[in-house]
Amino acid sequence: MTEALNELGALIEAKRPDCVLGWDVTFGELNVDVAPSNIVGFIEFLKADPNCKFSSLVDITGVDYPERAKRFDVVYHFLSMYQNHRIRLRVSIREEDMVPSIVDVHPSANWFEREVFDMFGILFTGHPDLRRILTDYGFRGYPLRKDFPTTGYTEVRYDEAQKRVVYEPVSLVQEYRQFDFMSPWEGAEYILPGDEKEGAK
Amino acid sequence: MDGSKGFDDALTGEQKIRNFNINFGPQHPAAHGVLRLVLELDGEIVERCDPHIGLLHRGTEKLMESRTYLQNLPYFDRLDYVAPMNQEHAWCLAIEKLTGVEVPRRGQLIRVLYSEIGRILNHLLNVTTQAMDVGALTPPLWGFEEREKLMIFYERACGARLHAAYFRPGGVHQDLPDDLLDDILAWTHTFPAVLDDIDGLLTENRIFKQRNADIGIVTEEDIQKYGFSGVMVRGSGLAWDLRRAQPYECYDEFEFQIPVGKNGDCYDRYLVRMEEMRQSLSIIRQAIAKLKEATGDVLARGKLTPPKRGDMKTSMESLIHHFKLYTEGFHVPAGEVYAAVEAPKGEFGVYLVADGSNKPYRSKIRAPGFLHLQAMDHVAGGHQLADVAAIIGTMDVVFGEIDR
Repeated sequence: MTEALNELGALIEAKRPDCVLGWDVTFGELNVDVAPSNIVGFIEFLKADPNCKFSSLVDITGVDYPERAKRFDVVYHFLSMYQNHRIRLRVSIREEDMVPSIVDVHPSANWFEREVFDMFGILFTGHPDLRRILTDYGFRGYPLRKDFPTTGYTEVRYDEAQKRVVYEPVSLVQEYRQFDFMSPWEGAEYILPGDEKEGAK
Repeated sequence: MDGSKGFDDALTGEQKIRNFNINFGPQHPAAHGVLRLVLELDGEIVERCDPHIGLLHRGTEKLMESRTYLQNLPYFDRLDYVAPMNQEHAWCLAIEKLTGVEVPRRGQLIRVLYSEIGRILNHLLNVTTQAMDVGALTPPLWGFEEREKLMIFYERACGARLHAAYFRPGGVHQDLPDDLLDDILAWTHTFPAVLDDIDGLLTENRIFKQRNADIGIVTEEDIQKYGFSGVMVRGSGLAWDLRRAQPYECYDEFEFQIPVGKNGDCYDRYLVRMEEMRQSLSIIRQAIAKLKEATGDVLARGKLTPPKRGDMKTSMESLIHHFKLYTEGFHVPAGEVYAAVEAPKGEFGVYLVADGSNKPYRSKIRAPGFLHLQAMDHVAGGHQLADVAAIIGTMDVVFGEIDR
């Protein structure tokens, strides 16, 4: 399986050297890094090429790495039911960058791109209908970014006096509990109690 | 609205009729949960269909980023709550792929057994409620009785009827007692009669056929364009099944047939589901036969899994390990994987990005229903309003997994 994927990776790189920034096979899966400007042409190629035939889109999602200059990864998964293999494409972009939409190649990308826009605020150029999809009507912010708090900013309740649902800023009776179970000998990024004098010496 | 105010076109005398927009759901009984469809109707013909989803969005993926791998497992029961264990399976496979843990044989067999029970649970619900959507009231009553029995098997294995949290990274939580296996086996001998009853009610039923045959036809091209999976593919004649095409667990040693439809309409998908239940029964019987021989541990003992109860009483290291496992949790090496299972509804996948800590950096849940519902505009366009209910039913949408 891995050998076949290595062959496939080499083949794709040889045929489209302008698109492929790098590729590897890890955990038995083929990963290809692609430049954002070429993504549509590359996916068309993957769909049409008889050796690839990645005809169905499995998933599009994003990953947020706030510490990187190119903050977001947009990750595409494709499956070929004819050749029985899978591929993952990764596109790194900056926060202000836009990604070309692939709705024309894969109509199933429509909702996935809407979801990535909803969750990460990544804009897709050429998307026919880039609305929010999962969050509430009139929602603000991009929930899956790492700087968005899990509790959110607003909460809703039904107001008996006004006879409607009202939005209010979140007020927690108890602080949101985020326990740190990491072992202080391995993962702690803070100074252990009692160790603070260590640096002063 | 209906043109009764007078004629717009004096020359032909034709009435000008505007298209009619209606809201289907979110509280419509045939909407299978909290689906809201904005339908544009020309008379009774659906011109445009815009599903509004997200009414059951609970932010599962965001919540998962702040919990340990083991704490995240129960979230998967709450995605597709019709067949909970199949979802857990994908999560466990993703973790096992990253950590390289091999599940012991008995653990694998139990997983297969319960995945197939989950498949029957799902298809029973889907076939019978879809029949209800098109006007048959008896099938759900008969089908839910069997679902009840299956949920008791769930309960006897893990203590919960629905939210099982039974599949764990490295195996399954606890071993099955022998009498449970006997009871499941006995059930597989009584169930075909019930299936035949439902068959007799629906398969040649005139109304059921009229409402389903030639409705919502899905072609091979549609499958590729809209990324369908599962029964939506098999109903159209493609024998695509991840259990066969990309075998996971020990599915490669089981004998089963992949039923396929011919026309790709709602009726064929119904037939495929009925046959899949019979195939699942056969897999269950095979799994039980294998389980009788494969006695051994159900968990790969190691960093991912708790120590045996007996060890905890005698060994300090085991006690520490137990404590650390359930507080800090295990660490998963950095990397990214995609693990998919053939859930009853289609390909259910988890894309997991690990950063080497005890929590997933990012996990994306790929639900089959999300893509199926997306194609609603395409599949339902040009059909009657009444067919929308039949199509939604046969697409097998459950909002737990679509909205996440």
